[in-house]
Amino acid sequence: MKNKIKTVEEAIEPIKDGAIIMVGGFMATGTPEILIDALVVKGVKNLTIICNDGGYPGRGVAKLISAHQVKTLIASHVGLNPEVGTQMVSGEMEVILVPQGTLAERIRGAGAGLGGFLTPTGVGTIVAEGKQVLTIGGKDYLLELPLKADFALVRGTVTDKKGNTCYSKSTRNFNPLIATAAEMVIVATEKIVEIGEIDPEHVVTSGIFVDVIVGGEKPWQI
Amino acid sequence: MADIKEIIARRVAKELKDGDVVNLGIGLPTMVANYIPHDYDVTFQSENGFLGLGTAAEKGKEDIDLVNAGAQYVTVKPGAMFFDSATSFGIIRGGHVDATVLGSLQVDQEGNLANWIIPGVMLPGMGGAMDLVVGAKKVIIAMQHTNKGQHKILKRCTLPFTALKVVDMIVTEMAVLEVTEMGLVLTEINPEYTVEQVREATEAPLIISPHLKDMI
Repeated sequence: MKNKIKTVEEAIEPIKDGAIIMVGGFMATGTPEILIDALVVKGVKNLTIICNDGGYPGRGVAKLISAHQVKTLIASHVGLNPEVGTQMVSGEMEVILVPQGTLAERIRGAGAGLGGFLTPTGVGTIVAEGKQVLTIGGKDYLLELPLKADFALVRGTVTDKKGNTCYSKSTRNFNPLIATAAEMVIVATEKIVEIGEIDPEHVVTSGIFVDVIVGGEKPWQI
Repeated sequence: MADIKEIIARRVAKELKDGDVVNLGIGLPTMVANYIPHDYDVTFQSENGFLGLGTAAEKGKEDIDLVNAGAQYVTVKPGAMFFDSATSFGIIRGGHVDATVLGSLQVDQEGNLANWIIPGVMLPGMGGAMDLVVGAKKVIIAMQHTNKGQHKILKRCTLPFTALKVVDMIVTEMAVLEVTEMGLVLTEINPEYTVEQVREATEAPLIISPHLKDMI
């Protein structure tokens, strides 16, 4: 069996300048901080980051933004990280805002082999600009397209050596979705266990989606 | 006079029924949970990934893996469930949420809503708001009637829309307004104000309900 367990440095080695990266987490709860920290140290630039939000100062993807490594941010909410506004106004970073449900479904759709989906969200708003509107049963919907990435950075709580992963409470959020929608999926997890130790009923992300496992993700200290 | 936020939150709470599934926005709407009768079984959804949201976590007893959509440490009630963000918004868009309570920058007489952006000033993003207001069965806007005297309840929103024709009810410290095909209907009034004062604080024309009653 292929050994998927790597060090943080080995895990992020393939991530180069200009990479498109999905990052799990909601206001950084469920974001793999050790992978973000390693990317900051590595100093890769011109990244496209796809994440629910812009994190907040000192946590999550905010650390990459503060280090000026992000060229494009695709997110639903950036209000808790003032640095996003600063870099957006200066033109340093492009920010593409997507309704949260649409962002989640675009990622899920990519991972599920869909060519797009129809949503009532955003009809009649600036979100609809440039998008096809279809009327089904007398109701208008926007055609939204799938969203893929080169890499997905996932935060697991317990992961076995195949990559089967479970998530604790609200750390789950976008993690199981991004794990299906990227070329290379890296899971940073709190605890690595032997195959068979996780009850199959509790596995949320199957190991078939996981390419690389990194141990040592720590619970955030309040 | 009682605290403005408390007046609004208490009144909104009366709209929620035993057995409802409810999503409360951040800030004032979160306070609504404090005024629901104790014998009611209301299930609160947190769009970051669970049903069965409980109270805020006690200081010193926070669980770092358990936050609400405002990144505050919270608890869950017995019978709760966690899920991913696609499932969460499937629940929302799919019409499985009975009511959502949100604040707003502007609302207009057609029930159009503008609450996510002030171009050039504030661009926090829409988060889950656009999905919530098109998906929830009942959309209640809980907000102060004006912004320091500046109208927020308008003939037509001037800020970019969050969604069109979605608002069912507006609850402020002055009044309760229902959005109808004919326009905004004043159904309840805080007895501390006159109908004339509510009219002055509202840009949109008001239809006065023949059954107008006190909101307190």
